Amino acid sequence: MAKTPANNVTKSNRKWVIGYSIAGGLLFAIYQFLLPWEGLPIGIYDAVYRWMPPAAVNESLVYVMMALGLNIVVGYAGLLDLGYVAFWAIGGYCAGWFMSEFFYFLNVHFFGSVPAEAPGIHINFWMVLVIGGFVCALFGVLIGAPTLRLKSDYLALVTLGFGEIIPQVFFNGENFFGFNISNGTKGIVVVDPIPVGVKNLGPFDYGWKLLIFMLLTALLVFVSLRLRRGRLGRAWLAIREDELAASMMGVPLMRTKLASYAVGAFAGGVGGVAFATHVNGVYAERFNFAISIFLLAMVVLGGMGNVWGVILGAFILSWVNGNGLSAFGSFYNERMGTDVDFPSFTFLLFGLVLILMMLFRREGLLPESRLKLVLNEEEIEDAEAVGKKAK
Amino acid sequence: MAKVAEVHKFRGTPGQIRRQRIERIGAVVISFILAAWILVNIIESPSQFAQVAVLGLRNGMLYALIALGYTLVYGIIELINFAHGDLFMLSAVFSSYFITVWFAQDESNPAGWFTFISCLFAVMAFGATVNVLIERLAYRRLRHAPRLAPLITAVGMSFLLNFIGLKWNGSTPRQWPTVIPNNDIYIADVRINATTILLFFVGVPLLLALNFIVTKTKSGKAMRATAQDKDAAALMGINVNRTIAFTFAIGGAMAGAAGLLYQQSIGTTNYNLGFQLGLIAFTSAVLGGIGNLWGAVAGGLLIGFIQGLNDGLPIAFGQQWSQTVVFTILIIILVFKPAGLLGKVTTEKV
Repeated sequence: MAKTPANNVTKSNRKWVIGYSIAGGLLFAIYQFLLPWEGLPIGIYDAVYRWMPPAAVNESLVYVMMALGLNIVVGYAGLLDLGYVAFWAIGGYCAGWFMSEFFYFLNVHFFGSVPAEAPGIHINFWMVLVIGGFVCALFGVLIGAPTLRLKSDYLALVTLGFGEIIPQVFFNGENFFGFNISNGTKGIVVVDPIPVGVKNLGPFDYGWKLLIFMLLTALLVFVSLRLRRGRLGRAWLAIREDELAASMMGVPLMRTKLASYAVGAFAGGVGGVAFATHVNGVYAERFNFAISIFLLAMVVLGGMGNVWGVILGAFILSWVNGNGLSAFGSFYNERMGTDVDFPSFTFLLFGLVLILMMLFRREGLLPESRLKLVLNEEEIEDAEAVGKKAK
Repeated sequence: MAKVAEVHKFRGTPGQIRRQRIERIGAVVISFILAAWILVNIIESPSQFAQVAVLGLRNGMLYALIALGYTLVYGIIELINFAHGDLFMLSAVFSSYFITVWFAQDESNPAGWFTFISCLFAVMAFGATVNVLIERLAYRRLRHAPRLAPLITAVGMSFLLNFIGLKWNGSTPRQWPTVIPNNDIYIADVRINATTILLFFVGVPLLLALNFIVTKTKSGKAMRATAQDKDAAALMGINVNRTIAFTFAIGGAMAGAAGLLYQQSIGTTNYNLGFQLGLIAFTSAVLGGIGNLWGAVAGGLLIGFIQGLNDGLPIAFGQQWSQTVVFTILIIILVFKPAGLLGKVTTEKV
């Protein structure tokens, strides 16, 4: 008998776990054990700290998580979301609310990582991850329910509007109808460390946090891959490729689109909570429109719909944005004796990535085979159908 | 005895009727709240109301000019040209350099007036050229691609123009002198700046000229035909590519004029100006009914008015919620009445 598809599913799922674990273990070993090792030549140590400091790696991983979430909305379901930063903000503030002394008048502890007499709400990091995810998913549904009926470009605009409104709410949140919900521009500082049983991981335990972030990323990869193969994922792909045909075949449009919003937002919430523990605080001004576009560029560069492409794209672009460009700038300026402000070229870089990829390689660096066909299919117009030559 | 046949006019499926009812009730409730809010404020302080209304309408005029570019482009190729707001920003920077740096005018005298008028033509040509270039280099190649591709390209273009603005203008806001009279005129203790009046004197003829081009000339007819059906238009001997380029050109020229007027009446330029104003302008275009020229103008004036009231009145959310108010209007409009105030309902072509 021929191989059943079910076998393929389990097989391919086993393969990536091994590769991923090796890569993750290697990264972890380098940053946790090799770098602090005293016998390491100082040149290597300097080079690593210059080009790939531990903080930059962790931040890239947060971007990878966010990009994976956005990939579900943009890459799988084909809905352009230009306000994804809203979910990042909501996830971040969930961490701020439930893992700090922000609500100083309360004293709620639930397997927290701080002493019991500390004021504020202190819920275990792993539970806050789930809470943040679900709060974001709720907001995703709330945003999606009235707007998903719109045409694709109007939908993009509405998400953009939400991506502006929600950060502004947090930005002005010091006095939100008389309540302080976000500390405004001061931000919520000092988020609880991550409890892992034997010890609590503070802001500078980069190595161990790297491992945790790798784990969370792996979880999102797993969810993405499984969903992609399942009933829901195939419905998303059908909607992406032809909404009308999909609805004719009995795919419930609204419910499927809402599900993609909810799952995408859930990933955004997880990423937001992780980011809050990474920078050890929540700052309203970090959530701006440019982030949404950065994330979109990551998804587009890597390859919409392909998890590995998105991870690659997110890693490259977040490294360039966070550390690579400035490191290269100082390197170049030292060698050439010039004074070029390299970090200011971020806008150019991200704009060019979006434009050039769309013009010349719409399917991304690591294309998903199915999307490649769809994106490069020429539309046959009425005029061509009656004999006009195609250009 | 003749039987009177009862004719039932088909009003839609039950779902559609329910939706129409919700829309109607929503519209009534929202306009009632709006009217009540305006009334309370008029009673509270009439002179302040008039003052902020003038400021709001001034901004509304600028929004209208920018919104026209959006509405023209959307009408013809159904693309939200995200780069349009940044084109406006570049035009504002261009006019600052034209007047203050290249022609070194910094006060209102005949030479200043002359520079202003020549700058108007120059900046309109500049806006048109840049917009046509964008269309030629990027959008034209993507005309047959799936919807997502040109939209993402437009966002990328917006970033690109943003970068040019950042390099040209610098990363901080810059203050520029005005070359048109900017003394204040008082009409019953309402202060109106002369630049505001001039803005209307330049803006309204531009709108009328645009209306003339679109409704009366041959190229306007070609534009409307292309917007309706590109293939049929091509079969009727219309050069579709040139018509679309022409549409981008006049949209860009409007953004250019808006850039000059903004720079002269407000006096500061900033590289990220285009994003915020562009979005507000697009909101105006959607509010008025996208694809409808007078809708864009009405929407722009209305949004400017509401935003002005919100920013300046005693009983309002205040300036820090300005964006939220505008985007909430956008979302409400899109959810309840996607066709806009003056737009016609169209069904999606299959």
